[in-house]
Amino acid sequence: MYDFHYHRPKTLADAVNLLKGKDEARPMSGGMTLIPTLKQRLARPSDVVDLGGIKELAGIKVEGNNVVIGGMTRHADVASSADVKSAIPALAYLAEHIGDPQVRNRGTIGGSIANNDPAADYPGAVVGLNATVTTNTGKHTADSFFKGLFETALSDGELVTSVSFPKAEKAAYMKFPNPASRYAMVGVFVAKTAGGVRVAVTGAGPCVFRVKAMEDALAKNFSSDAIKDIKVPADGLNSDIHASAEYRAHLVNVMARRAVDAANK
Amino acid sequence: MTIPVAMTVNGKPASGKVEARTLLVQFLREHLGMTGTHVGCDTSQCGACVVHVDGRSVKSCTMLAVQAEGAKVMTIEGLAESAEKLHPMQEAFRENHALQCGFCTPGMVMSAIDMVKRHNYQLDEATVRRELEGNLCRCTGYHNIVKAILAAAPAMKSAGV
Repeated sequence: MYDFHYHRPKTLADAVNLLKGKDEARPMSGGMTLIPTLKQRLARPSDVVDLGGIKELAGIKVEGNNVVIGGMTRHADVASSADVKSAIPALAYLAEHIGDPQVRNRGTIGGSIANNDPAADYPGAVVGLNATVTTNTGKHTADSFFKGLFETALSDGELVTSVSFPKAEKAAYMKFPNPASRYAMVGVFVAKTAGGVRVAVTGAGPCVFRVKAMEDALAKNFSSDAIKDIKVPADGLNSDIHASAEYRAHLVNVMARRAVDAANK
Repeated sequence: MTIPVAMTVNGKPASGKVEARTLLVQFLREHLGMTGTHVGCDTSQCGACVVHVDGRSVKSCTMLAVQAEGAKVMTIEGLAESAEKLHPMQEAFRENHALQCGFCTPGMVMSAIDMVKRHNYQLDEATVRRELEGNLCRCTGYHNIVKAILAAAPAMKSAGV
């Protein structure tokens, strides 16, 4: 790891100021991706601004029909939260299945979605539930937040302060994890909310995406039978030593049906 | 550039000067000489480096020493009351032959204690196996480790630890 200047601000305002004007400064939330990246010398930030000391960024609250999760909230806290379990059990389930217990004790929702790893779990929930991402400068809809491989709508110095998830009538997340890393080879988040039905797929492509044909079919008939013949094309899906694009395309349908069945239970 | 860092390790104050890039595990092993915490893979996969930071199990190879500023750190060295009286989890590992080469053991024991407490001393085999996702053993296999953890849970409860 190359050395860097380390900062541990206590407020969001201080963090934003520290990031400003430094081209090579990087924010760090849980560090579960950034630290391994630094170790491999794949990144060389001049400054690392650790968000771990900012108390205002962590916490879970229920506001009307929404569950609002602070950007620095750890996966383990989302997984064990009584509020999340009762309002959106599928979200608690998703958090409980990220990485391993030690990763869940450090990794955060803000870090996960800001990094936008193609195999991360949280983007599935954010798009599947049509969540709103709040930052220090404004708000992003779920559909406009994730732009592509490791790319989001965040500008330099813009930090995720919270994510607001609308409660779902029915929702479930099913993933086929990479057996070693537990990253999603394919993960499908299915939700039926007041706003309609959404099917969000993570792990399969370069970035989370929706399957419109499945959404339309499920809006008419929310059962796994309704989507059994809806295939997604393998073109453009990820292909690596763990799974070919064709296999991932196949898994999208399987995981989507399992998610619908789980949501109906 | 060095940065002063201070934390509590196994109930005692510990401080030193580190680089920003110094990992917590390097601070423990190389600065404090506490080599009970192991580095297996150095890529956050194997769990040999698991310690508790403010009561939660973490991989100390994937945390900077400066991030532990002011924290309460517990390592494998801090568990036993004395050379004669081991922590119930350590005792259960010994009783159940839950180690062979022993390299993964410090991390296994630290993860296991966190797991037992989080599940309020009540665990079944499937839960233990799932909770061990972040710890790799390459010789004994997991069978006796699972047995040891299941045996240690009630022992920890009655010992009040």
